Amino acid sequence: MKKGYFGEFGGCFVPELLMPPLLELDKAMREFLPCTEFQQELDDLLKNYAGRATPITFCPALSKELGFELWLKREDLLHTGAHKINNTLGQALLAKKMGKKALIAETGAGQHGVATAAAAARLGLECTVYMGAEDVERQSANVRRMRLLGAKVHPIENGSRTLKDAINAALRAWISAQATTHYCFGTAAGPWPFPDLVREFQAVIGREARAQMFERTGSLPDYVVAAVGGGSNAIGMFHAFVPDESVNIVGVEAGGTGKPGCLHSAAINIGRPGVLHGEYTMLLQDDDGQILPSSSVSAGLDYPGVGPEHVHLARTGRVRYGIAYDHEALDAFQRLCMAEGILPALESSHAVAYVLRHADEFRPGSRVLVNLSGRGDKDMDIIEKELGL
Amino acid sequence: MHILEQKVRAAQSNGRLALIPFVTAGFPSEDRYWDVLCELDSSGADIIEIGVPFSDPVADGPVVEQASHDALAAGVTLRGIMQTIFRHKGELKAGLVLMGYMNPFLQYGLERFARDAAEAGVHGCIVPDLPIDESDGMRAALKAHGLALIALVGPNTSKERMQLYADVSEGYVYVVSVMGTTGERGALPPEVPDVLARARSVFSLPIALGFGLKNPRQLDALPRELRPDAAVFGSSLLRHISAGRAPAEFMAAWTGAES
Ligand SMILES: Cc1ncc(COP(=O)(O)O)c(C=O)c1O
Repeated sequence: MKKGYFGEFGGCFVPELLMPPLLELDKAMREFLPCTEFQQELDDLLKNYAGRATPITFCPALSKELGFELWLKREDLLHTGAHKINNTLGQALLAKKMGKKALIAETGAGQHGVATAAAAARLGLECTVYMGAEDVERQSANVRRMRLLGAKVHPIENGSRTLKDAINAALRAWISAQATTHYCFGTAAGPWPFPDLVREFQAVIGREARAQMFERTGSLPDYVVAAVGGGSNAIGMFHAFVPDESVNIVGVEAGGTGKPGCLHSAAINIGRPGVLHGEYTMLLQDDDGQILPSSSVSAGLDYPGVGPEHVHLARTGRVRYGIAYDHEALDAFQRLCMAEGILPALESSHAVAYVLRHADEFRPGSRVLVNLSGRGDKDMDIIEKELGL
Repeated sequence: MHILEQKVRAAQSNGRLALIPFVTAGFPSEDRYWDVLCELDSSGADIIEIGVPFSDPVADGPVVEQASHDALAAGVTLRGIMQTIFRHKGELKAGLVLMGYMNPFLQYGLERFARDAAEAGVHGCIVPDLPIDESDGMRAALKAHGLALIALVGPNTSKERMQLYADVSEGYVYVVSVMGTTGERGALPPEVPDVLARARSVFSLPIALGFGLKNPRQLDALPRELRPDAAVFGSSLLRHISAGRAPAEFMAAWTGAES
């Protein structure tokens, strides 16, 4: 397979000026990640700072209703409220080893921004976060958290004013700042080697969950489900299970309102292959190759592309990718709150929604493990507005 | 020798700096765009770079990005750009280069694009998000129809990477003057002499300097032996035209410049 590719997807489509820092990153990855010292430092941060291992939680009430066992991997319990911290601690530590002084990051929901700001503060790095102006408005609590954690937040007014434009801005900033700065990319997408690097740091989710399922139930789950934005929580969950042929794996993309003509965020299901943000992947685009704005009630899933490894897993048939719509996610959010006392992020609610909505696709009596990638505190304003509370 | 190289060499043999204006397709308006190109052509342009707009132009600064968004809002497409060039085939004496991001070319179909571009009289392409590592398919498609894929290198491009480009490139080499995006700057960054010296030592192709240029005096700071063979200007020209001033007036400031 060509370097940086998953089947025909992936690659490194960036300006030549960004090749040296990406090559430098690849080299550092290969040098430091296998090192015991690096792994020990990272494990210590994950355990004693971020709160790993996260538990798996059985959902008795919903399981009874559904006729199969529903289990949740509780990434919502992590410090800063989502799986994003697994990746930012890893990248921040790597940046330190590389001698970088600062981190830049893009953010959609603000979860990756907050997680980067926290990791930077903890490891003594400066931090600048680029965020679409629309996201700044709809996730204002996270903007305030980033600022309190010492990060500079730059609202981006260009284009669709969301995640895609924040990534453009961060890539531009990295061109100038590369000597001293690491770009802490937030999802398992973008130019090589980010899809590999982010998966490495997120794979702890699936590794833990797989062992925990064995420990608690004596067997592997029959299904593993996760929401797919750029794809980091999903690939982190799936990676350990891909070789387990008995495990059915389901990724869930955001379908937006689902009304005809609605912009959505379901690149694998509805997009076409093309190049954006350094990778050849599935994209929402028009006939001329212009990228279309995406849309989802969940800011973290609101992205017109997807990580290349997911496209490959879809093409090979190993993972099935479904869709959950805004209203289904909101409904799932409420049901999980009421039935189990867990307040999920809107992103994670999409994964739960798929299971609730397509319960007939899951074998009665089987075990379904859903990655609960984050908590919903950040979404209170949107949820109250959408639900008319 | 590729025709784009010939264009630069011809200026050089007259002791001139070759001039390469950049204009986003459809700028400043669908009506005036072709007239602007003609005026640039008749006022000394050796090569003209036409910008193909893209929704996510990561290598561009605010001026070119805005022009790109305006063009898209006005309905400019790669297909339309090709039709316009084809319709006016033979009107320009300058070499013609399309500068645009990978995805629109990819969606057009690389083979079909290369064929149509050659037929329309385009001589080469610059694809700012296509480093050498990903460029085989595009280069082969273009080469089959005589089009050059122009190498883009910058202050952080090592000799080794320059050599990779030198081994396969034609036309001219585009040396980016800054560690940044397109957009005019006051003075040349201090790393420019270094990158020019490195490029000279690796490439036998002519060297075009771009990103940040607005007037020929910026080049005065360079030692004689490092002066580029060509200058590319985009943002400063777009701003000049946006201010309602004549393209020829902008060109006049540059036509006396020596290589
Ligand atoms: C809680 C949560 N889950 C999921 C996502 C989607 O990203 P990814 O697909 O990379 O996991 C986000 C993004 O912000 C998020 O905050």
